[in-house]
Amino acid sequence: MSQAAETVDRPWLDADAQPFIKIRGMTKRFGDFTAVDNVDLDIYKGELFSLLGGSGCGKSTLLRMMAGFESPTAGTVHIDGTLMNEIPAYERPVNMMFQSYALFPHMTVAKNVAYGLVRDGLGKSEVTKRVDEMLDMVELGDFSKRKPHQLSGGQQQRVALARALVKRPKVLLLDEPLGALDKRLREQTQFELMNLQEELGVTFVVVTHDQEEAMTLSTRIAVMDQGKFMQIGTPTEIYETPDSRHVASFIGSTNIFQGFVVENKPDHVLVQSRRDDSLFYIDHGLDVQENAKVWVAIRPEKIRLSKTPPKKAGPNQLSGIVQDIGYLGRMSTYKVKLTNDKIVEITHPNQVRPKSGEHLADWEEKVYLSWEPTSAVVLTK
Amino acid sequence: MQKKRSTFLFSMLCFGLAFLYVPIFILIIYSFNYSKLVPIWGGWSTRWYTKLFESPEVWEAVMLSLKIAFVNACFATLLGSLAGLALVRFGRFKGRTLFSGMISAPLVMPEVITGLSLLLLFITLSQLIGWPSARGFTTITIAHITFSMAYVAVIIQSRLSGMDESLEDAALDLGAKPFRVLLDITLPILAPGMLAGWLLAFTLSLDDLVIASFVTGPGSNTLPILIYSRIRLGLRPDINALATIMIVTVAIGVLLAAWIMWRQDKQRQRDRKLAAGDSLKHDLDD
Ligand SMILES: Nc1ncnc2c1ncn2[C@@H]1O[C@H](COP(=O)(O)OP(=O)(O)OP(=O)(O)O)[C@@H](O)[C@H]1O
Ligand SMILES: [Mg+2]
Repeated sequence: MSQAAETVDRPWLDADAQPFIKIRGMTKRFGDFTAVDNVDLDIYKGELFSLLGGSGCGKSTLLRMMAGFESPTAGTVHIDGTLMNEIPAYERPVNMMFQSYALFPHMTVAKNVAYGLVRDGLGKSEVTKRVDEMLDMVELGDFSKRKPHQLSGGQQQRVALARALVKRPKVLLLDEPLGALDKRLREQTQFELMNLQEELGVTFVVVTHDQEEAMTLSTRIAVMDQGKFMQIGTPTEIYETPDSRHVASFIGSTNIFQGFVVENKPDHVLVQSRRDDSLFYIDHGLDVQENAKVWVAIRPEKIRLSKTPPKKAGPNQLSGIVQDIGYLGRMSTYKVKLTNDKIVEITHPNQVRPKSGEHLADWEEKVYLSWEPTSAVVLTK
Repeated sequence: MQKKRSTFLFSMLCFGLAFLYVPIFILIIYSFNYSKLVPIWGGWSTRWYTKLFESPEVWEAVMLSLKIAFVNACFATLLGSLAGLALVRFGRFKGRTLFSGMISAPLVMPEVITGLSLLLLFITLSQLIGWPSARGFTTITIAHITFSMAYVAVIIQSRLSGMDESLEDAALDLGAKPFRVLLDITLPILAPGMLAGWLLAFTLSLDDLVIASFVTGPGSNTLPILIYSRIRLGLRPDINALATIMIVTVAIGVLLAAWIMWRQDKQRQRDRKLAAGDSLKHDLDD
């Protein structure tokens, strides 16, 4: 019973669950350039799945292959159990929202939204009813007679969303849906998107290069690089237990120390820094040999900063000189230069309003850094 | 220094404009000259205009030219649009570069060569299959289509490459088959370009002399051919009147095209202002 309850919200943990979108061995080459490289992916019903990665890593290409605009060089896509490879874009049960919105400039808002329904041969009254419903949902009921270029960016974006959703697709593909919006509108729209998705139960696949957006929106994230997946997991997994340096530094900022394993027990590892003798004690076991080269990653907010030396010497301790302080409003960042010249970044929330010019530590001041064994992760690649 | 350069530029501009337009102005003014001798001013009059339209020969030439220009513009727009579409939208098909080169060749080909080669083609064809049996309306129209469709293709090409390709993807995605996408999305968006192309093809045909004189036959005089043949017998005031009418017609065509573009631009600006105003209001309401 507890097993079932656990996997209702997280179907990817359930070995028997059937993925809604199943991608196997998907490859796309343009000439001799490989944009998507032998990718496997399972996306489950009702997920809000994000594809996250830098520019040119193949996110859009992968999405366009799901929509049917691009045919894969190799591999298969199944949606809801049906093989999609030979099915043209206009017959797939998916709709897409484009990065540029792609609203038809010569049609009114209402005509834009109605287009897909008219093409499906729905009756006039049914079309009008569903278009009106949809426009009310995105709060654009008053704008139905306008042309797209008579709308602001945020309004255009909502029209694009309405147009993609009005056909009640099984899957909605969104290519950088919020890319053109300013920060405030973007955050507001993120939550609207999430609510909408929950309400309608449609499976969303979102492409983005904004890691904060991916963290806020998604049930799971796939981090992509050069046409391959680096890691697939929930936002927490990706953030707290990245499995490579690339993922650790792509999502948020992180301090990475190079070292080698000096002790490897089932319940902990001890890593010694390459540059000096500092020791890192991490409370999880690791499948590597002793003396193997590894990296230790620690998030800036997980490091404590203090002006007094720790009572007892031990692992997970460093010291250095404050080189730079940045005040970001809700928190401050400190750049501390270690004795071996490495710079470590620490963030500290501003829980009380700092008096002007007063900080946890001052420029050029000697400070001591420490963290918990649970705070760091060891990476082998 | 700055001042000096701008006076220099300004006088160059005036000189250039004068070079272009003074002859035309002189022509227009002399078309209202009462005197029978062109270089001698005899006071204002519209008698040459009245006289012009009493001559059935002129009427025939005007009608022929207009008919050719109209049919040519329609076919050139159709074929040129298809060629432009093929070049931009259907990716890298075999022989694309060759096709693209061949489309734009008529733009730079000397008219004499175009005219001569078309004449040879028509003669060969009529010997081989008996068509065209006589040269005139049909042959001139075909000749005009071959070169004006190149201009249309270029206009359509530039308009298409400025068009967001995901518009067509979006229509496909919403369930439209490729042919419907062409009808519902691509063609309406291309319409202003096609209209501009139509007007251009119309005017190109209306004032072509060289190609038309190669491929025309006895009794089929277009307006430029008529003007040219009469002018060879000496300057004549009624020809000035005829030329003035042509200039006005062409100018109206060009101005019309410019006005279409200008109105679109203006509309877009107004819309943008409207949208900006709305979002501001929306922000304040929150
Ligand atoms: N039609 C094409 N022909 C050739 N190369 C292409 C084509 N489409 C995409 N590519 C290449 O494939 C790579 C991946 O492109 P893609 O559009 O998927 O990137 P992306 O991850 O969406 O990047 P961005 O965040 O910039 O949108 C890029 O290097 C791009 O140059
Ligand atoms: Mg992209």
